[in-house]
Amino acid sequence: MDTPRPEPPLNALYQELILDHYRRPRNKGVLEHPTHTVALTNPLCGDEIDLQLRVEGDVITDVRFIGRGCSISQAAASMMTQIVRQRPVSDALQLAQRMSALMRGDEAAATDRALGDLRALAGVARFPVRVKCALLPWNALTDALKS
Amino acid sequence: MLDARAIRADFPLLAQREHGRPIVYLDNAATTQKPQVVLDALTDYYRTTNANVHRGAYDLAIRATEAYEAARVRVAQFVNAWASEGVVFTRGTTEAINLVAGSYGRATVRAGDTVVVTAMDHHSNLVPWQLLCQEKGASVRMVEITADGRLDLSDFGRALEGRPKVVALPYVSNALGTVNPVAQLARLAHAAGAVVLVDGAQATPHLAVDVQALDCDFYALSGHKMLGPMGIGALVAKPALLDAMPPYQGGGEMIARVWDDHSTYNQLPHKFEAGTPNVEGAVGLAAAIAYLERVGLDRIAEHEVTLAQAAIEQLSEIDGITVYGPRDHRAGVVSFTYGDIHPHDLATILDQDGVCIRAGHHCAQPLMRRLNVAATARASFYLYNDEDDLATLIAALAKAGALFGYATA
Repeated sequence: MDTPRPEPPLNALYQELILDHYRRPRNKGVLEHPTHTVALTNPLCGDEIDLQLRVEGDVITDVRFIGRGCSISQAAASMMTQIVRQRPVSDALQLAQRMSALMRGDEAAATDRALGDLRALAGVARFPVRVKCALLPWNALTDALKS
Repeated sequence: MLDARAIRADFPLLAQREHGRPIVYLDNAATTQKPQVVLDALTDYYRTTNANVHRGAYDLAIRATEAYEAARVRVAQFVNAWASEGVVFTRGTTEAINLVAGSYGRATVRAGDTVVVTAMDHHSNLVPWQLLCQEKGASVRMVEITADGRLDLSDFGRALEGRPKVVALPYVSNALGTVNPVAQLARLAHAAGAVVLVDGAQATPHLAVDVQALDCDFYALSGHKMLGPMGIGALVAKPALLDAMPPYQGGGEMIARVWDDHSTYNQLPHKFEAGTPNVEGAVGLAAAIAYLERVGLDRIAEHEVTLAQAAIEQLSEIDGITVYGPRDHRAGVVSFTYGDIHPHDLATILDQDGVCIRAGHHCAQPLMRRLNVAATARASFYLYNDEDDLATLIAALAKAGALFGYATA
């Protein structure tokens, strides 16, 4: 039997980079001496993230997460930890806003180089029920930094 | 096998397309689609018969009451109830169970008592008992399952040694498809002095139910899972038990005489039907039952089991897929996982091919914990599904496997 070819939107959703982060999550584990921790769940589908940050001065010096859930939520968490590490808090909060824009289908955000690898998640915008998966870690980050 | 194609023609929604593909609806354990005769019954009721019931000073109201009470008789006959006054209309299974926990349970369960549930109960047959036991200082005893997803009968026996007041269990598991030996378990529970509540939400639509043969005490069912409208269901109970129970909700309809500081209550079943009931729902449910009876419950059961067995065989051949639940004594519910592909990802991918399945914990978190999974994917079949639907499911799963890098032979 020939392997059926997935449709373009599905290919855009499940890119290699996303599956790589899902299967080999970066910065997954427990952070020693965190200054900020927050646990968020998505009760509808059971995605979980437990985010731990160490903020020194105005900079996120380290970040780890523990979580389980779908590929989108876990890959988004892994990618987020990479991009916010060693960044000022204000930068991280700005990135969270750009991610929201990306998930609303904002075309400018989709080509925004500042988002780096996060642009791989642009395909999620075409699957409205999955947007909350991609934003779960970012909501956790925003909650943690504003607490 | 049934002629599913001919049956499908009776269901307007199934003629729709999803993402440009014919819809393959495999989420029947969540809710079922409605045949035209049920839709017609609803509109006909409002066009010709609508009035408030049991207040019949005029012919229209008498006809509405007759339609409502005829629906009750229909439900009673469908499950071979002890008497039609032993059929209380509720919003569904959940409300029926809450009625028993809130009325029978509150009146009989005391501090130190035990209520037995099972590890395969839906949250709706667990949380009401937790609430009751917390209120009373009683405890919930959960019966374990075997590795292949059947009730552990020796653990059931041990649970009965605690002389529980109530034993609550599902006839058919919504997450595993297991058909439990309810008649046998009810006999054991009665010998231990318990009353038995059977969650019939997943059984009533799919196999011929005879509550007197099961010899349970309470039986709960939902209309929307058996081709009927949402928001209607029933508690079917032994009338003597209902008669001795205090009311569940207060209001109009459930009273006989009302004084300033107390009231007396209406006769069965009205004592448990406070307020204006869901007459439209009851009429729709009666039409659904008529449809199911015309097809024949035994034929429906055989059709679904055949499809489920074929599904289990074909799924098991795919590298990476794990199927949960027993191989026999099962209904048309098939739960599975596919390697490290999260069930929600599977559901998204299948949806692109018009295939509707459920992904999640199926309102059975204690069961998921025992299966050691956070969630499963679940395909559940009904009388309008056929082998073509199964083939579409399998092909869509191959697509999901390809996306996630699984070998798809």
